[in-house]
Amino acid sequence: MRIPEELLYTKDHEWVKVEGQKVWIGITDFAQEHLGDIVFVELPEVDTEVEAGNSVAVIESVKAVSSVYSAVAGTVAEANAELEEAPEKLNEEPYENWILAVEMSNSDGLQGLMNAAAYEQLCLQQEEEQKGE
Amino acid sequence: MSKLIFEKSAPGSNAFDLPPCDVPEQPINIPARFLRDTEPVLPDVSEVEAVRHFVGLSHRAYGVDDGLYPLGSCTMKYNPKINEWAARLPGFACIHPYQPEETVQGALEIMYETGRMLSEITGMDQFTLQPAAGAHGELTGVMIIKAYHNHRGDYNRTKMMVPDSAHGTNPASSNVVGYEVIEIKSNSRGLVDLEDLKAHMGPDIAGLMLTNPNTLGLFEEDIKEIAAIVHEGGGLLYYDGANLNGIMGVTRPGDMGFDIVHSNLHKTFSTPHGGGGPGSGPVGVKEYLAGYLPCPLVAKKDDRYYWDYDRPLSIGRVKAFNGNFGVIVKAYTYMKALGGKGIKEACEQAVLNANYLRCRLQPTYEVPFNRICKHEFVATNKNQHQHGVATLDIAKRLMDFGYHPPTVYFPLIVHEALMIEPTETESRERLDDFAEALLTIAREAENEPDTVKTAPHTTVIKRVDEVTAARKPVLKWEGQ
Amino acid sequence: MRYTPNSSQVALDMLKDIGLNQIEDLFNDIPQELQLGRELDLGPGMTEMEIKQKLNELAGRNVNVEQMPCFLGAGAYDHYIPAALDQMLMRSEFYTAYTPYQAEISQGILQSIFEYQTLICNLTGMDVANASMYDGATALAEACALACESTRRSKVLVPDTIHPEYLQVLKTYAISGNTQIETIPCPNGVLDEKFIAGIDRDTACIVIQQPNFYGNLEDIQAAEQTIHGVKGMLIMVADPISLALLKPPAEWGADIVAGEGQSLGSSLSFGGPYLGFLAVSKKLMRKSPGRIVGQTLDQEGRRSFVLTLQAREQHIRREKATSNICSNQALNALAAAIYFTLVGPRGLKEIALRSHQLALYASKAFTDAGLALKYQAPFFREFAIKVDDPQTVNRRLLSNGIIGGYELEDALLFAFTEKRTRQEIDKLVQVIGGMKNE
Repeated sequence: MRIPEELLYTKDHEWVKVEGQKVWIGITDFAQEHLGDIVFVELPEVDTEVEAGNSVAVIESVKAVSSVYSAVAGTVAEANAELEEAPEKLNEEPYENWILAVEMSNSDGLQGLMNAAAYEQLCLQQEEEQKGE
Repeated sequence: MSKLIFEKSAPGSNAFDLPPCDVPEQPINIPARFLRDTEPVLPDVSEVEAVRHFVGLSHRAYGVDDGLYPLGSCTMKYNPKINEWAARLPGFACIHPYQPEETVQGALEIMYETGRMLSEITGMDQFTLQPAAGAHGELTGVMIIKAYHNHRGDYNRTKMMVPDSAHGTNPASSNVVGYEVIEIKSNSRGLVDLEDLKAHMGPDIAGLMLTNPNTLGLFEEDIKEIAAIVHEGGGLLYYDGANLNGIMGVTRPGDMGFDIVHSNLHKTFSTPHGGGGPGSGPVGVKEYLAGYLPCPLVAKKDDRYYWDYDRPLSIGRVKAFNGNFGVIVKAYTYMKALGGKGIKEACEQAVLNANYLRCRLQPTYEVPFNRICKHEFVATNKNQHQHGVATLDIAKRLMDFGYHPPTVYFPLIVHEALMIEPTETESRERLDDFAEALLTIAREAENEPDTVKTAPHTTVIKRVDEVTAARKPVLKWEGQ
Repeated sequence: MRYTPNSSQVALDMLKDIGLNQIEDLFNDIPQELQLGRELDLGPGMTEMEIKQKLNELAGRNVNVEQMPCFLGAGAYDHYIPAALDQMLMRSEFYTAYTPYQAEISQGILQSIFEYQTLICNLTGMDVANASMYDGATALAEACALACESTRRSKVLVPDTIHPEYLQVLKTYAISGNTQIETIPCPNGVLDEKFIAGIDRDTACIVIQQPNFYGNLEDIQAAEQTIHGVKGMLIMVADPISLALLKPPAEWGADIVAGEGQSLGSSLSFGGPYLGFLAVSKKLMRKSPGRIVGQTLDQEGRRSFVLTLQAREQHIRREKATSNICSNQALNALAAAIYFTLVGPRGLKEIALRSHQLALYASKAFTDAGLALKYQAPFFREFAIKVDDPQTVNRRLLSNGIIGGYELEDALLFAFTEKRTRQEIDKLVQVIGGMKNE
């Protein structure tokens, strides 16, 4: 399972890339594996205002549905329209296909993000829990 | 490949005719702007081809009349044919819902008496027969809870508790009515964790929705304490009647402390599932909640039945016309046929059959809560997992043996769950055969796992591509 | 009657097999004080012969529409059901089957629903139809919830020309707080200009029934332009038989269509089970409630059918679900598919035309007898006749062997289907006309 070093991570299995005031958000390898084949991505509209922790996108697979949360407060600057026609891109290359970008109004949300090592720990922990069930 | 009816269409084939018009024919008295100018595309086939088409489709379906249908929480018991006869009597099938009361006294009596019998079975005081399905009954019940708290002026109760083993309709119904859903954990015995319940119960909680026996087929032994916790906190206790077959005649939700119940006539009371409906989900309440029931109710004065509209606190209507009367007639017939003794006997046999199967299947199949269950139990693929065989594969392989698979991947709290409910209308021979099939599959999982992983092999189609079906939906015939 | 196959001896053997001595041992986990300890008071049980006697007696106490001509409509209609239909429905593989979650052994049911969905789309002109809902009223309630969710508004504007019970259901469902139902009185029995004036930027959707509850045809254009102008949605409640003649809702610009499919082969059955149909435009496909069957391929390339878009449904969405519906009216939807097939395109049109012809004949007969229609609008198969005391008139009709009309405050609403005859209509008019002179 891939966990690129240069990205930041949320406990909800999103990856976050900070570029100045803009924050790019996607889902991790762990997330796409657990969702299974992704069939649809409901993208937010550009210019939508969001709070940190809000659901900004919804990902549907055949057997599950999952919200994508914004780590930061701000405005939706971009949404990846390619995913409308080819949602499977999130399965194939989760880190190469961003879902949306948020123009931050403040950077408070970045405080709670994990680095790759901490995220790897979280994944290992959750996988152990699942095996135990 | 099975052709669609549209693909069998040939213009001029259909010979349906009305008798000659016995009034003078006039031009259509509807202005052109209201009329369609293209014909809708409908199949044009002869009666013989129509019949062959649908008979052909029936050959590609599987019902309880074909064999064991061990779907947990669905109670696929035998659908008595006398029920079908009853519902089709012209005196029931051919009456309009708005006919004057004096012309439908027989129908009203059936509704009234069904409500009374359901009250007796569940230990409640008053029933509405309006809801058209179990989920519809749940919706109605949750609306009653909301109306009750609103009427008390208590608008702080914005949350509803459901156990983590709950059927999806419980949290969905709560959400649809505007509640935030709070999930209560199950403990190591598979039952509601009392500490978690106590921790969450508070003045912002409207109530708790519970199934008993629960979706693991286990009786909530602490139900009295659960009821006390919820009631002392000012909440109401809702009973999801999906599993009533596991306790009817032995104990009653009303006696356990439940305030509202719904029952599924198409599960517990033998009305057919119809390939996905119609069902019927009557809702019963204790006296102090009767005022909130949907309006109207069937009432009786002296020997006359009538519609009681005088219900100022009612939540209103949840459906137009009446409930699913055609389904209610079948349940009425069933309850009368079995009588009090027969209802209990059905439950006892259902529970015996489930435990018999459970004992046959474990330890080959892991049964996480391996103790006396009620009408159903949950197994997993834990022992087959090491060979790469998933619960889904086991389900698909069962079809090659001529069985409909059990419920799979539910409840969510058990990983790779297989929920098995044989019901009381299966003989020991049938149960032995079914157990044998599952044990054979377990052996295959060990010795030739690919056979299981690539099943089914003998059905008219193989596994379908669900991913493309969801990514690029084709939801109607597009041809000309 | 007993439907449990094991004899008491077999049951005892089974108990011993699992290490128990008596049936009661299976219920030891139920606290003693909760055990009922007595027989349920349901009666002693009945044999088949006794059941038949009892049910025949109960059925015999009802007047049914095979005994007397029925002029009641108001959303449920006495249309002819072809003889082959019920025999198809009685095939046990259809009616004793469960929901077709396992596609490999349910292709027959899935295909029938796919055909049903296609038929509803073809009739209404819409892009997507689901596998059905409980009835027209609940389909409408779900339609309004969908419109509010999509537009992120909550105001639902409803004229009082829709079925009053549909309106009641909308009001009940509004307890969620997600919809606010605003009713606009329309005293002339068709959309009032106040209705159109009531449409604003807070309006999620408007609901228009065609033909409306009083049988009148609605001019929808102005309302449609207005609601779309504020980016709201048009929901139409449609009558399926009428659509053989009338302009399909899609051509009026409907975003969502709901309606009652009882006329398509379901018996009147004292109000249910009926058939709610729901159809939407393509852009609402992934948000619409209820089951949907889709076409796909199996592993070996065969055309197959499967329940799809399940991620919208309650068993996956759970507390995030916008609808809790878990079933459909499968058997009634199958009946509709069979009905369409048995009557055929020419037959459906004939049925619609005949209903209209008989209604026209009746309206002229009424006016010739000195009675007045309540409304002046064009109608399809239903209209209201002004009478002083509707209840008394209906009683008189009943004593003359006629099931009368739906009682309005000052009128009776009469429906005419292809089952009615000239003789029946002449008698209807004669009895009421006769009362006028008393």
